[in-house]
Amino acid sequence: MKNNNSYKVDSNGFYGPYGGAFIPEMLYPNIRELEEQYMEIIYSDAFQEEYRGLLKDFVGRPTPLYHAKRLSAHFHANIFLKREDLNHTGAHKINNTVGQIILARHLGKHRIIAETGAGQHGVATATVCALAGLECIVYMGALDVERQAPNVRKMQMLGAEVRPVQSGNKTLKDATNEAIRDWINNPVDTHYIIGSVVGPHPYPDMVTRFQSVISEEMKSQLQEKTGRDYPDYLLACVGGGSNAAGAYYHYMDDLRVKLVSVEAAGLGVESGQSAATTTLGRDGIIHGSRTLLMQDADGQITEPYSISAGLDYPGVGPIHAWLNRSGRAEVVNVTDQQALEAAFLLTRLEGIIPALETAHALAALEQLDLKEDHNVVINLSGRGDKDMDAYSAHLPGEKKKFTTD
Amino acid sequence: MNRIDRLFTEKKERILSIYMTAGYPGLEDTVPVIKALQESGADMIELGMPFSDPLADGEVIQQSSHAALVNGMNISLLFEQIAGVRQEVHLPIVLMGYLNPVLQFGFENFTKKCREVGIDGLILPDLPLKIYEEAYRKTVEEAGLKFIMLITPQTSEERIRKIAGASGGFLYMVADSSTTGARAGIKDTQLEYFARIEKMKLGIPRLIGFGISNSETFHLVCKHASGAIIGSAFLKALGKENGKATGEKVKNFVRSILD
Repeated sequence: MKNNNSYKVDSNGFYGPYGGAFIPEMLYPNIRELEEQYMEIIYSDAFQEEYRGLLKDFVGRPTPLYHAKRLSAHFHANIFLKREDLNHTGAHKINNTVGQIILARHLGKHRIIAETGAGQHGVATATVCALAGLECIVYMGALDVERQAPNVRKMQMLGAEVRPVQSGNKTLKDATNEAIRDWINNPVDTHYIIGSVVGPHPYPDMVTRFQSVISEEMKSQLQEKTGRDYPDYLLACVGGGSNAAGAYYHYMDDLRVKLVSVEAAGLGVESGQSAATTTLGRDGIIHGSRTLLMQDADGQITEPYSISAGLDYPGVGPIHAWLNRSGRAEVVNVTDQQALEAAFLLTRLEGIIPALETAHALAALEQLDLKEDHNVVINLSGRGDKDMDAYSAHLPGEKKKFTTD
Repeated sequence: MNRIDRLFTEKKERILSIYMTAGYPGLEDTVPVIKALQESGADMIELGMPFSDPLADGEVIQQSSHAALVNGMNISLLFEQIAGVRQEVHLPIVLMGYLNPVLQFGFENFTKKCREVGIDGLILPDLPLKIYEEAYRKTVEEAGLKFIMLITPQTSEERIRKIAGASGGFLYMVADSSTTGARAGIKDTQLEYFARIEKMKLGIPRLIGFGISNSETFHLVCKHASGAIIGSAFLKALGKENGKATGEKVKNFVRSILD
């Protein structure tokens, strides 16, 4: 904890007390190779030219910063939506996979593995593997394979092999374990594309850098639309925390910006059925990283719950553990029900169906003390196509009014 | 003298170390299995502390860990179970597990309890060399424990020397780039790796583990090290052959390896 004013990773791979690389020796050569090379590779001219080119022409960046006027009227503040939902494949996830696939090629790897929960990162990985012509294996909890059948079919159509994971609760945590085991068994030819700012150093920092294009664009867009390049409030949902890390990146040291991280409270923080990691977690180690972790008294990792498959991770990226512990970011909890209501509100007021994950960030607007002249940015991390079953099951009655008041 | 050091002083070859999961197959089987291993002729015991997310382990140890946790095993209970084990068991016992449960128990408290009950060494695969040396080595050594570290076919020569220098007791040679129990048989490339490490003259005994599952592979790898470690194959034997008493399963298995 040497420098309280820096929220970026230190030279040992830590954010304050969090992060590091708590990995078995079998993974050491892979992690070391990445650690030694990632900065040099991703800031090389050749890499940047290809990465920027693909972000523009393949992903569709820059994504718009949209002034949501009716939502603004409803909450009596100036609300802007950073439209990551408009990216190719429907979420911010592809910013990272485009970067990592180019990196994998620079490292000479020809086999790609990934984990996925809801399937968004799996689809984004399968997409870039098709683009690069590389073999792709996606580990997905067997339960999620059933719940997210359309994404499984997309991955298969893109040429990826989807391997259902039968261990544990058969969800994201278990899929991540299995991807790591694959990497242990295939250390030479394989690159592991982690989908969030989790895992051993340098993954949290590398994924943050690939996602930082979000706040990079936000700065110039805010300057143009509001006459200053920063918002008063910046909101993002946090599961592992990659969309939040990207949205925060260029504002972390700018204390004029209030960072609001929104976690999934499931059926309620105290219900025993939630993914409110920061509120309920204690310091621990998961997937090679020291962070806040939902665990029992014996240090066994507990299974989280959220209606949103992208938020039910029992840990949180070490950068978020540190942003929270140092007081830089405020954490707000949002239940399944509140998220659903926020999704319907946005849909009816602005004509945008958000992902369930993103709906949590929108719901947090209810909990802020907003003023008319506040500029608020919500990172609209993904679109809701994948969540139509959940939305259909909870459609509000005809009498429910959605107004700008 | 630490029992691990004594073992390697007195016995130079064909050392058989068996990995077992505490609280498996039944919660109360921990001590009976340890005793049966001693009676059967095993030389050392690696006692696994079950963890919910065993990253470096294959299916068999994942399942035994899960079963042990469902049985109610945890570190406090393990220390209670083995509190009196030294009255009858003289084999070296090494505790093996993942870092998180140990940190939640309290690292210093953990090493103190290890010393009290007569544990000789520790294997914590996800505690990396650098952090071990900076934050934990002093505590481990003050408790008289040997900290056993792993090397793999991908570990560089420079790093092998560092790890050998920081390890106590013996060096754990992971036979292949794999999780536990993942592959059967020993390939020529692995024999080359064993020979390469042998030639380095590291000055610390070596045991070979991962993928050793029967008499044939045991005796083959014993040509290149002081002995070998068997885990998954043992746990499989403990789990199946229903009807036989646990002690008998242990004896049959150890005999099948040594004969």
